[in-house]
Amino acid sequence: MMLIPCPWCGPRDQIEFTYGGDATVRRPASDAPEPEWVDYVYLRDNPCGPLDELWYHGAGCRSWFHVLRDTRTHEVLASAAIGEPFAPGEG
Amino acid sequence: MRRDVRLVDRESRICENSAHLRHPGVDALKYSIFSLIGHALSRERWPLAWRSPEPAKHYDVVVIGGGGHGLATAYYLAKVHGIRNVAVLEKGWLGGGNTGRNTTIVRSNYHFEPNAHFYEYSLKLWESLSQELDFNVMYSPRGVLNLVHTPGEMDAAMRRGNAMRLNGIDAKFLSRDEIASWIPNLDCSPSSRFPILGGLLQPRGGTVRHDAVAWGYARAADALGVDIIQQCEVTGMRIEDGAVTGVRTTRGDIGAGKVGIAVAGYSSKVAEMAGIRLPIESHVLQAMVSEPIKPVLDTVVTSGAVHFYISQSDKGELVMGGDLDFYNSYAQRGNLPVIEDVVRACLALFPSFGRLRLMRTWGGIMDMTMDGSPIIGKLPVKNLYMTGGWCYGGFKATPASGYVHAWTIARDEPHPLNAKFTLERFAEGRTIDEKGAGPYPWAH
Ligand SMILES: Cc1cc2nc3c(=O)[nH]c(=O)nc-3n(C[C@H](O)[C@H](O)[C@H](O)COP(=O)(O)OP(=O)(O)OC[C@H]3O[C@@H](n4cnc5c(N)ncnc54)[C@H](O)[C@@H]3O)c2cc1C
Ligand SMILES: [Zn+2]
Repeated sequence: MMLIPCPWCGPRDQIEFTYGGDATVRRPASDAPEPEWVDYVYLRDNPCGPLDELWYHGAGCRSWFHVLRDTRTHEVLASAAIGEPFAPGEG
Repeated sequence: MRRDVRLVDRESRICENSAHLRHPGVDALKYSIFSLIGHALSRERWPLAWRSPEPAKHYDVVVIGGGGHGLATAYYLAKVHGIRNVAVLEKGWLGGGNTGRNTTIVRSNYHFEPNAHFYEYSLKLWESLSQELDFNVMYSPRGVLNLVHTPGEMDAAMRRGNAMRLNGIDAKFLSRDEIASWIPNLDCSPSSRFPILGGLLQPRGGTVRHDAVAWGYARAADALGVDIIQQCEVTGMRIEDGAVTGVRTTRGDIGAGKVGIAVAGYSSKVAEMAGIRLPIESHVLQAMVSEPIKPVLDTVVTSGAVHFYISQSDKGELVMGGDLDFYNSYAQRGNLPVIEDVVRACLALFPSFGRLRLMRTWGGIMDMTMDGSPIIGKLPVKNLYMTGGWCYGGFKATPASGYVHAWTIARDEPHPLNAKFTLERFAEGRTIDEKGAGPYPWAH
């Protein structure tokens, strides 16, 4: 069972959360060239190791936030509010 | 009694520079009731089913990944295209990836034409694969029944069933009563937690013994001269002037005229070695078995509404599965919530199975694409090809995937059956999204 550390509610059972995928993809400007849009919509780094990803605490505070999690072990390394960097050693 | 293996296809461009004779494959003993009795009486050792050669310096084609898809690719390269100077490189052991972890269901009950034709071709190959490979892969056409619980699902099932029939694929709609008399331990009462309105059956669907597929293709490919090299991880690619010329491995550098990638959940990692980003995410899918019991279920039952499917293995275990874990993973193991969901769905549909104990659970890494359909074809680096993006349904694709992947590698152009499964379809807006879920790989 994974415990996901919500920045507001603390570590909670994974079933309270919905997964939002890779947090590093950035929406391009609306007039950006097409390849940038293809990149944004379809292409992913899909790292084998730490991944910065979005989670939604639907059965709790109902906030989106991001988590650094190792995809090889499922170990959660850190979590932070949207727009904030991961605090070193936290999580 | 060794047999010389020679290149047969003199016209193929690939073969021209490799007219040297390869070391012969093992003396491929014909498996039959007579050889079985003979060996039982004489107690002679069975010959190894394939060799374990040292990697050569160069191959016409290197196939990365010793799962069903990689081994089938090598087999059809040798068999159909006469390209026998081929190596399959596997980082672990044959079939140790998803091939040996899947729940063995084969079917071709798709709606969209590219999928329908491709999977139907695969099902046709399954029907005669044991004879083709001289290896019993235990194809069991016990039927695959998709349960229908709601009027909306009923419409969708009718539509899909009709599309299948128009494509020449067998499909049959069963009423609730027909299902109830066929599968007595399925709760078909109107008061059940998920009332059953009927079901869409593909009679020719069923199961195939997964390990036997890897072993059968390996043995047959080896007999044609293919080198199968286990414990050999590809760690990099040599690319010169925009063309791949070889791979780096944990057992040294190996030159290659062409390279085919068939690594399932590791597709992104291996493509990255050639500087290619894919529309793929890796996710974990779990499955589980009960303790073995006497025969109670002689078909495959699935429920899209409750995300559950079940069949009984020849050993007697009930084999069950459901959803992805819904987060990126390369761990080959999942978490308990999905197991609980699957078991709960099982008990709602088959209350009597509540007396059984769960014996084992495991997970495999799915190559989930952005439209839920595979990518089989040329990559943007010359002489580099892939078959991947199989999501959770790639076992049934194994023979056709190997067949068209080999074709694409040999001719440097796709077979009509994989012409639509290009990598470029995403940029071109030609996605094949059977479920209409959009670019969320874990939603397919
Ligand atoms: C629990 C579960 C249930 C499933 N149920 C079904 C089902 O009922 N029906 C169905 O059709 N499909 C099912 N699938 C999907 C199916 O198993 C896969 O799509 C299919 O087996 C993929 O075959 P493959 O040969 O591409 O992959 P694999 O068998 O995974 O082979 C890929 C191989 O590549 C090797 N490899 C990876 N990286 C490297 C490298 N760098 N160098 C060398 N080798 C490397 C791996 O070790 C692996 O052996 C299921 C999957 C799972 C996990
Ligand atoms: Zn919260």
